[in-house]
Amino acid sequence: MSTEKKLKRIIIEPVTRVEGHGKVSILLDEKNKVRQARLHIVEFRGFERFIQGRPYWEVPVLVQRLCGICPVSHHLAAAKAMDVIVGADKLTPAAEKIRRLMHYGQMFQSHALHFFHLCSPDLLFGFESDPAIRNVIGVAAKFPALAVQGVMMRKYGQEIIKATAGKKIHGTGAIPGGVNKNLSTAERDVFLKDIEKMMDWARGALKIAKDYTVEHLQTLAPFGSFDSNHLSLVRKDGAMDLYHGNLRAIDAQGDKIFDQVDYQKYLDYIAEEVRSWSYMKFPFIKQLGPENGWYRVGPLARLNTCDFIDTPEAEKARKEFTAVTNNKPNNITMAYHWARMIELLHSIEKIKDLLNDKDLQGKDLVVKGKRREEGVGLIEAPRGTLFHHYRVNKNDQIEMANLIVSTTHNNEPMNRAVQKVAEDKLSGQKITEGLLNNVEVAIRAYDPCLSCATHAMGKMPLTIELYDHNGNLLDRKTKS
Amino acid sequence: MKSGKRRVLVIGYGNPGRLDDGLGPALAAAIEGLDLPGVSVESDYQLTIEHAHDVANYDVVIFADADVNINAPFYFRRLVPQVSAGLGSHDVSPGEIISLALMLFGATTRSYLLGIRGYKFDEFGEILSDMAGKNLELAVDFVSNVVRKGNFDEAAEEFSGTETHYVDICMDRISLN
Repeated sequence: MSTEKKLKRIIIEPVTRVEGHGKVSILLDEKNKVRQARLHIVEFRGFERFIQGRPYWEVPVLVQRLCGICPVSHHLAAAKAMDVIVGADKLTPAAEKIRRLMHYGQMFQSHALHFFHLCSPDLLFGFESDPAIRNVIGVAAKFPALAVQGVMMRKYGQEIIKATAGKKIHGTGAIPGGVNKNLSTAERDVFLKDIEKMMDWARGALKIAKDYTVEHLQTLAPFGSFDSNHLSLVRKDGAMDLYHGNLRAIDAQGDKIFDQVDYQKYLDYIAEEVRSWSYMKFPFIKQLGPENGWYRVGPLARLNTCDFIDTPEAEKARKEFTAVTNNKPNNITMAYHWARMIELLHSIEKIKDLLNDKDLQGKDLVVKGKRREEGVGLIEAPRGTLFHHYRVNKNDQIEMANLIVSTTHNNEPMNRAVQKVAEDKLSGQKITEGLLNNVEVAIRAYDPCLSCATHAMGKMPLTIELYDHNGNLLDRKTKS
Repeated sequence: MKSGKRRVLVIGYGNPGRLDDGLGPALAAAIEGLDLPGVSVESDYQLTIEHAHDVANYDVVIFADADVNINAPFYFRRLVPQVSAGLGSHDVSPGEIISLALMLFGATTRSYLLGIRGYKFDEFGEILSDMAGKNLELAVDFVSNVVRKGNFDEAAEEFSGTETHYVDICMDRISLN
């Protein structure tokens, strides 16, 4: 007890350059050694209640309220679940390809945004550099050509979403059983005009991420890193598939824990643990239990779980990526950035293939079959596997909704990353903003989406508070 | 330039699923419904970097958002480029957008911020509170009048000193070359 009285608690709230609100609390002892570090995140449960009682066909539109960065992922995951509800077991070629184009547009814009806006300031200026320049404006000043590419890649992806979903936000393109519009040749030609430029820029972004990781491998390898399981969808032949497939989980050595699992049965394989100190649950693989069954999702996990990528340039990049770890799973947290840029290139390769596919101008857009009461929709969202699970009553109203979002899957890994970086970088040191940014760098590698909290002006201050273990406030800094 | 020929962009942003956070998109929808000549409207959950490119194509831009820290129904003021010292989230502030527009695309767009007082944010729901709805009506009238008259600076001047959320940029802080 006497020792505990000398503990201090640092709170970073919210974590900057991540979506929504998060809070990091770090407990230090009298010698500034890290005793405990935790990441706290707001959950989505309020939203799951919000949609109860709504007609099922509204859900793909309503769920976009969850997120301002990846509404398309929620739109498509919900639409896939509603496909099951309406008995649409196989979409028409036009419908599936329009949805895929929408999804790859989403992946492209989200990964571009993450890399140029959220991650590049840390990589280009250094984790502990002056925060006055370690931001997107600093990147624009020092690397204007790169910044323009980031803006225009994001815009390109957003325009694809607009063309396929009808709008950039609140899109209505995906409906139960298909889509409500195809892509005209005029719309297609607008995107084809810039496709080679986007390919070039994606190659350039990948080169930056790869070169940085390889050059700094010695220091990055231990940074917030640990062995873990990995989970994602894969195609039946083992290829990476960001839109559809079956579940595969592997362990840190690459051995399969399960493979080709139909995600309608996900509850037989995945469970969620509640911990008293967090609003967000901790998913785990049932057969391994909560202690050993936690896993990572997202670009790093997808690169680890897939056997190959079905586009030539991304596949070449994947082979270079896996060679670094002798074809074993890559468990380096900071390798998320490299993996993400491989997916950026894969996405634009897929977009190019799709734009040249005449099925996009098809007119057979919707199918239906035997109505069901329950459906699960999964998709590989930019940040990882996204689960939407609904039960619908006989009056066509949503009776139950359960969402497991990518950031929830990554809850345990992010906490481990925070703990490891805090121990490695902060213990015994005089705490500075630069040192604290190391913790945020580890979190940002996962590109967490901490829920769509409100953002109105004055509602998102950054507060760092220093407490002793009795809860007495020792110091407080707030910036807005 | 004659005021009548100004190309004006109104960007209303916020999450309409979070009660009064939807004030920005609600204003955008209302202005779009008025079909004012020379006025384009965008609506989004939040500002992100590509808005810098949109802004660069206009003479005047009005950013509209909910605000919780004012004692009036709304305010309107001229924006200056801004750096937020790395404290940004996924979203970007209006001041950062015009900084990016200037730095990356050479934009000289005159930019204004319309903050509308909101009251309820912490639940899901696609409805504005009564008070926020009244504030919205006043703000829509104000914007439509300002756009018709083209007297943006004069209108902003009337609100000077009413709020202090944004600090002026120190461009020398980012002179890295």
